[in-house]
Amino acid sequence: MSGAGGEPRAVASTRAVDIAVSLLLLAFAALMGWDNWKSGAGWAIDGPKAGYFPFYLSLLLAGASLFGLVKALVHRAGAASPFVNRDQLRRVLQVLVPTFLFCLLTQWLGIYVASFLLIAGFMRAVGRIAWWKSLATSLVFALAMFVTFDVAFDVIMPKGPLEAWLGF
Amino acid sequence: MEAFGLLVHGFEVLLTFKILLLMMLGLVLGIFVGVLPGLGGPNGVAILLPLTFTMEPTSAIVMLSCIYWGALFGGAITSILFNIPGEAWSVATTFDGYPMAQQGKAAEALTAAFTSSFIGSFVAVLLITFLAPGIASFALRFGPPEFFAVYFLTFCSFVGLGKEEKHKTLISMALGLLLTGIGMDTVSGQLRMTFGSDDLLRGINFLVAVIGLFGISEILLTMEERLALRGHAAAISPRVVLAVWKDLPKYWVTLLRSSAIGCWLGITPGGAIAASFMGYNLAKRFSKDKDSFGKGRIEGVFAPETAAHASGTSALLPMLALGIPGSGTAAILLGGLMVWGLNPGPLLFAEHKDFVWGLIASMYLGNLVGLVMVLSTVPLFAAVLRVPFAAIAPMIVVSCAVGAYAIQNAMFDIWLMLLFGVVGYVFKKISIPLAPFTLALVLGNRAEDSFRLSMIGSGGDLRVFWSNGLVGSIATLGLVLLFWPLVSAAVGRVRRGIA
Repeated sequence: MSGAGGEPRAVASTRAVDIAVSLLLLAFAALMGWDNWKSGAGWAIDGPKAGYFPFYLSLLLAGASLFGLVKALVHRAGAASPFVNRDQLRRVLQVLVPTFLFCLLTQWLGIYVASFLLIAGFMRAVGRIAWWKSLATSLVFALAMFVTFDVAFDVIMPKGPLEAWLGF
Repeated sequence: MEAFGLLVHGFEVLLTFKILLLMMLGLVLGIFVGVLPGLGGPNGVAILLPLTFTMEPTSAIVMLSCIYWGALFGGAITSILFNIPGEAWSVATTFDGYPMAQQGKAAEALTAAFTSSFIGSFVAVLLITFLAPGIASFALRFGPPEFFAVYFLTFCSFVGLGKEEKHKTLISMALGLLLTGIGMDTVSGQLRMTFGSDDLLRGINFLVAVIGLFGISEILLTMEERLALRGHAAAISPRVVLAVWKDLPKYWVTLLRSSAIGCWLGITPGGAIAASFMGYNLAKRFSKDKDSFGKGRIEGVFAPETAAHASGTSALLPMLALGIPGSGTAAILLGGLMVWGLNPGPLLFAEHKDFVWGLIASMYLGNLVGLVMVLSTVPLFAAVLRVPFAAIAPMIVVSCAVGAYAIQNAMFDIWLMLLFGVVGYVFKKISIPLAPFTLALVLGNRAEDSFRLSMIGSGGDLRVFWSNGLVGSIATLGLVLLFWPLVSAAVGRVRRGIA
């Protein structure tokens, strides 16, 4: 999105990300290939061993990633096109970081309290919505979730100290 | 007409107060997720799946498929009123739908979209009703080699016919297949690729991956693009509906052509996206007045919507009859069926008649009820889009987490969902297609099992895949499709040589 002051600076080019992803996939393929080789990638008397199928898939993945890597290095395609610019990255992190914190909090506080905090915090901090609106919306949402899952549909969700204190 | 009798029986299964209520609920939820930016058919179904875990299978699948119909209808609302396609296959609908809304003809455009969705789906459901039982009973003769050959064919057609770069399709598919192998090997019971982790022992659940890949990554992308929602208001009056319907017969050729394209592309894994564009382009090519397309012509709404929905619906045909999903959403519905211990495929028709025919009947009923509902509630759902995205985004994140957790009651899955969200975001941005990944995740284990069972049966002889006419022709067709770009280039060269 170009602002009034021209295009914000790109953080990485598509080509750089292409190369990084290819390298990561290669490493992953190597790890999986090695593990499956250990499990037995050959044939037993009654057919392929447990590691056979995934071992050859690792090879396929490695081959395709290698092809992508070479292509990105040689052709320099996508070197000029930005993968993400600064403003975009900032906005993506604005949702990614809170989501990460939400996952972390869910472990200690349970999903209902964590989602109350996520929704209220996000609405207030990112959306700049009035305090009372943010708090009210998230409270209603968290309560509605609790009633839907825990009470009506019997789906068990992670709970924390608050629910224990309330006797659920 | 055996199918007809069974269908009547299916309606009997459906017509209970509870199921009808669930149907309405599913439709409302579906339209809701379809309207929300960043959600849509597959995501909606994946996120709402946990709600159905405690139901009995027939109620659950009826509700799920209604969520799907609802999401399809909802997608049209955003395309026409806000110029934001809810799904890739609604892109073609915006070409003429949004200009119509700008000219104050939003109600006509919406009526046209909903009506043509209904017609497209209806044709596809008719096809399912009469073809699926036949295909299923034919497929009862399939053994492991035949099944492997069919899976092989499906994978090959993705590589050979896909528009993306071939190595990227291969990466996506190989990665998906590898991930399904994690955990306990179903044939030997041996552990593999778990690296001593207890959490990986369970394997990577398909639905967890899908929720991350589609739900979370869409939120990231939507935030990045900073969607400014500015839309047109619309209310549909019965007069407009009748006026549009009165003109319908004029467009019968377009409707029929688009339905046919949609059904064909839905059954082969070509998909609704291709169908909608092809429907639109053909309607334009055969029109006497080509220039009026793109400027708010009602035919430009009829053509892509009919094709997209015929294709989206007929994608359920191979899923039900063979256990091979024709689309991402069909793959998720298939994942749902497996949660309830139902194995889609030919045996389903023989062993769970109530279930199958209840589902097919629900397609008829769900579409009809859905049509009436969207026509009457458009203003309500268009209002949803005025809710600030800053409120909707965290709610979607929470729904995704709930969905991911509920599948196996594992905190690890919430983390996995987050990881898949980031992976999905990066993959979409460097155009590694996600559809082959999804397909590989859902079919991986079955493909491997059928391969290994064939090998056990044949004593390790690969020639088993060419041991009879049936399996041989499927396997050969797979190879042809895999190398399709080379084959078609060669054919072209020969032709030019002759000419």
